[in-house]
Amino acid sequence: MEISFWNKQAETMDRLALEKIQLQRLKETISYALKTHFYKNRLEKIGLKSPEDIKNLSDLKKIPYTTKDDLRENYPKGLLAVAPEEVVRIHTSSGTTGIPTVIYYSREDLNNWTENLARGIVATGAGKKDVFQNMMSYGMFTGGLGLHYGAEKVGMTVIPIGGGNTKRQIQLMKDFRTTVLHITPSYLLHIHSRLEECAARVEDLALKKAFIGAEPHSENTRKKIEGLFNIDAYNSYGLSEMNGPGVAFECVYKNGMHIWEDGYITEIIDPKTGIVLGEGEEGEVVFTNLIRKATPLLRYRTRDLAFIYKDTCPCGRTHRRLSRITGRSDDMLIVNGVNVFPSQIEEVVMRIPQVGTNYQICLEKDGALDRLIVKVEIYSKLFSGDIKELDNLKSRIKEDLRASIIINPHIELHEPGSLPVFEGKAKRVVDNRIKL
Amino acid sequence: MAKEVNIFIENRPGRLRSVAAILAENDINVRTMTLQDRGEFGLMKLIVDKPEKADLALKDKGFASALKDILAIILEDKPGSFNRLMTTFENSKVNILDAYGFVIESSKKAVFCVEVKEPDNIKHILQKEGFDVLEEELYEF
Repeated sequence: MEISFWNKQAETMDRLALEKIQLQRLKETISYALKTHFYKNRLEKIGLKSPEDIKNLSDLKKIPYTTKDDLRENYPKGLLAVAPEEVVRIHTSSGTTGIPTVIYYSREDLNNWTENLARGIVATGAGKKDVFQNMMSYGMFTGGLGLHYGAEKVGMTVIPIGGGNTKRQIQLMKDFRTTVLHITPSYLLHIHSRLEECAARVEDLALKKAFIGAEPHSENTRKKIEGLFNIDAYNSYGLSEMNGPGVAFECVYKNGMHIWEDGYITEIIDPKTGIVLGEGEEGEVVFTNLIRKATPLLRYRTRDLAFIYKDTCPCGRTHRRLSRITGRSDDMLIVNGVNVFPSQIEEVVMRIPQVGTNYQICLEKDGALDRLIVKVEIYSKLFSGDIKELDNLKSRIKEDLRASIIINPHIELHEPGSLPVFEGKAKRVVDNRIKL
Repeated sequence: MAKEVNIFIENRPGRLRSVAAILAENDINVRTMTLQDRGEFGLMKLIVDKPEKADLALKDKGFASALKDILAIILEDKPGSFNRLMTTFENSKVNILDAYGFVIESSKKAVFCVEVKEPDNIKHILQKEGFDVLEEELYEF
């Protein structure tokens, strides 16, 4: 097996050297954290007043976890650690209760993030000669821009088409002999189902690899994709709180994703008790970002469930590997690669007066793609008997939801009292998607 | 003005029967009905002999129901009468939102039920043109 490196020295350094870098960068990160309103208060409470109070990596355990709620409560500036003019990029994500979260990046932060992506891309064997079609959304979602920068850094020919428009995607793949894709697994399967009507065959394409991410998938899905397109598919992992995509990337061995540990300290914890678990044990992934000064995050709870492989990888990288994401420790849904919280949907439907007290969220497969169906009961007291009003109500719910969750839901209106009622904390999500 | 009962109804087996059962229990006679279909739901429009009673009984059982004013116009059951009526609507520049008709006396009389935005205005015009616009008589004809 041919093994390529972007930065061989950094990717294969021995664990002691790696930990030395982690400690030094942790101190630096804490010095920036202490410049933020949020961490200044939080760290002083535990007696941490200076980065020098951190003597070794295990001192990290004294620091409380940071959650998405913390980010939301400190929106927009409570976690900004540099002067505003040092910020060169902002990414926000829609919040679960209407309040978004924000990540700021300095020039150096963007460079560090891009460096990690270059490592990931090269670890799969891709490089300068490849034509890279980036089918992830650009804009506020970090998936598109992140890989774009990484691919340019490696010197690939980048086609920045973004998501959607399958016909044009296939045309460009043919015309420019695209060799590498960045795409969600469900969209890649969808493209396969559309090849015939676009008068294209797999043999007409020059595809060699796909970086698949943004939604959890099984080994079977990977095998299916690889078989259908006759390519290698590589899993990758990231989240905007840890810069975006490229926190971890599979190498040619395709057996777990190498976490760039000089950039991130990874812990696996029991999501219920918060106790740190050992290598090989499955739990919630917690990251400390060591390479972002504008928005430092310490011990951030991702809510993603996974484990860290115990054994070393034959590729020679010393950076440990993260398993596939096996689930979530909260109720977040991933719909065609987009993160959605049921509370976001509730927030929208419940502020519409013509909607009754009950609603339900259903997920189904429509071919390879996900379909989100929001069922709402109409409110009898505001029923006028007018079909136009019902049509308008449906389009209003659809528009409001699209603005809030960035995906296009299918809306169903139901009779008052017809949807199932749940005792206590309503369990309104019905996920009928068959695992591919 | 004659009343039409409008019911929000889900498109699944048994829902129409639930409405029918409520009407039967309350001794309500159906003169005619029509459905506006919207996929997973529809709007059921009923002309019955006791519209207020039907509306309350349906609401009581949890249905979303509403009464609406409707123009119920008598037409002679012969060629040309429908054209005469439509000409009156056209000349008055009144747009029809929904309409349906039913025969009440074969070869003699039909009722044409019309839903418009402001029924009062067109009602006077129709009466001036010699049309018979029914009120409560509609329920007992």
